[in-house]
Amino acid sequence: MNSETQSVSAASQSYPDRLQSKLRRVLVSWELLLLCVAVFIFWLNTQASPYFLDPWNLSDATFNFTEKALIAFAMALLIISGEIDLSVASIIALSSTAMGYAVSIGMGTTELLIIGPLVGLACGAFNGLLVTRFGLPSIVATIGTMSLFRGISYIILGDKAYSGYPSDFAFFGQGYVYWVITFEVVLFAVFAIIYTLLLHRTSFGRSVFAIGNNPTAALFSGIRVNRIKFILFLLTGLMAGIAAVCLTSRLGSTRPSIALGWELEIVTMVVLGGVNILGGSGSIPGVVLAAFIMGLVTFGFGLLNVPGIVMSIFIGLLLIGVIGLPRVWTKGLHFWKSIVSR
Amino acid sequence: MVKKVAILASVALAASLLSANALAENKRIAIVVKALGIGFFEAAAKGAEEAAAELGDVDIIYTGPTDTTAEGQIEVINSLIAQKVDAIAISANDQDALVPALKKAMSRGITVISWDSGVAPEGRQMHLNPSSNALIGNTIIKLAADHMPDGGEVAVLSASATATNQNIWIEEMTKVMDNYPGVTLVSTVYGDDLSDKSYREAEGLMSSHPNLKAIIAPTTVGIVAAAQAVTDAGKIGEINVTGLALPSEMAGHIESGVSKSFAIWNPIDLGYSATMIAYNLATKKAMADANTSIDMGRMGSVMLDDNKEGAMSDPFTYDASNIDQFKSIF
Repeated sequence: MNSETQSVSAASQSYPDRLQSKLRRVLVSWELLLLCVAVFIFWLNTQASPYFLDPWNLSDATFNFTEKALIAFAMALLIISGEIDLSVASIIALSSTAMGYAVSIGMGTTELLIIGPLVGLACGAFNGLLVTRFGLPSIVATIGTMSLFRGISYIILGDKAYSGYPSDFAFFGQGYVYWVITFEVVLFAVFAIIYTLLLHRTSFGRSVFAIGNNPTAALFSGIRVNRIKFILFLLTGLMAGIAAVCLTSRLGSTRPSIALGWELEIVTMVVLGGVNILGGSGSIPGVVLAAFIMGLVTFGFGLLNVPGIVMSIFIGLLLIGVIGLPRVWTKGLHFWKSIVSR
Repeated sequence: MVKKVAILASVALAASLLSANALAENKRIAIVVKALGIGFFEAAAKGAEEAAAELGDVDIIYTGPTDTTAEGQIEVINSLIAQKVDAIAISANDQDALVPALKKAMSRGITVISWDSGVAPEGRQMHLNPSSNALIGNTIIKLAADHMPDGGEVAVLSASATATNQNIWIEEMTKVMDNYPGVTLVSTVYGDDLSDKSYREAEGLMSSHPNLKAIIAPTTVGIVAAAQAVTDAGKIGEINVTGLALPSEMAGHIESGVSKSFAIWNPIDLGYSATMIAYNLATKKAMADANTSIDMGRMGSVMLDDNKEGAMSDPFTYDASNIDQFKSIF
């Protein structure tokens, strides 16, 4: 944990060492805050429901967030770089539709595992082209492709559904690797590590932070801004394609309304994880914690049969609370710092 | 430390007592609906509570997602499996996508039935249709045709393009269109069970089909939005809005004359019957086999066909003569 945050501060700030210790303190306490919230919610759940502390139940609960979190990792990088992709849920729909079509013409599991992520990659490339080549603001471009990608699914499927996926395909969304450890959880953990390393341990990650903080300065420092943004859109599309494989496998069928509304939940997860919605800062461990928090809240409330709208309200309040408090604190700190330095 | 252990122990004890109590005393039947906050399902929940009161040893868990999505219902199903409920009676948002989750529920010993909007046969033990689809399809076109002696154009305003039941009814309706000479179906549009979208779709129908005589909305959200759109366009008397609706929501539109009549089965009866069936299956008082009948208390009994589906009763027509009697009920 400590080494993670150290590298966050190192990557997000290329200023002299003097500032880092204070900044690190802020970051450490902020991630600790998320961790405390997660632990507190976990404890509340154990108190509230006798069914919570059951390995199988907890295993079931992970399905509430694993697929969304896979996309949230890539989305975090994209948002840190100052862009956003609102078409991710629609990419899932299109990718899932493509896999359904592949099954209907007799393809097997191996082909599906290639087609799903590949369609995601293609969608990501399209988004990336719109933003980097044609200079469209990403929020506008991806609102457009959000309708476009799902629209294609609706044209292909209408009110029909693709089903009849091969039985060994079910493993990717319903299978267990060992005891209660699902395949999706393993995937979640692997990608959490990959993205943590990518963002916090590589020059690519450094460039992402630099672009988010000041794209012009980054460009003049020799960073290929558009190329990196394009790669980030590719990654986001790819993760949406991978999530589509998991979700399609878990549902065992494809309808054009699949994953409807997920884009906002994913952005919520990223922002709750402490990524600055304006770009420039954030961390993958934060997003991992946010994924756990959202999963724990929805499952805990579900066990108590709390209506979904109350869950949404709670997530909203949590978002404002967790994001708002450190903001106020950081502002106060900056103010104090400016007084001291004079 | 000792204190902590003592607290932990007492919590664990309380927890085990709680679950033991729940298991030993009452059957817990979960009524899972498409989304919370829809009048039709609130009425069904009332019926379920009525059945629970009649049976005595039943607790009703009325739940569902915020939006009408399959993913939301799967989260709800997972939490119900975790709570080890005795039975799940669900109105499905997607007949295929819920199958793996419901299969898991059944494999853990939970009775699963679907009602209103069905689940594919491998994902449930039986399905209770509120009425037969053929009868509903015929009823909605008949409601429109009865007030169109000279024939004319009608259009359908449905829920979402993926809604299982609406699609079946519209299909059944088109099968019997030949019995109503002169009546032509000019368009089918989808309002996604959202008031604002349904309203806009109804406006679109009126502008693209100026000779429209009737809008048929086989959804409680769509019909109210369509009635409002026709009223706002000043076309009361020109366009008759009909379909499936709740009396309480349509009372004003029946009074104003924008809707001459509409039909619905009684959702209270539906919730009641689903609960009775779930109880009888969960307590092994009945088996869900093809060509057997299951008791539904005051609603008589339901006969299952080869797909293990059964119909509760005929749809019922509401108009100016009986709306006042029903509008306060649901």
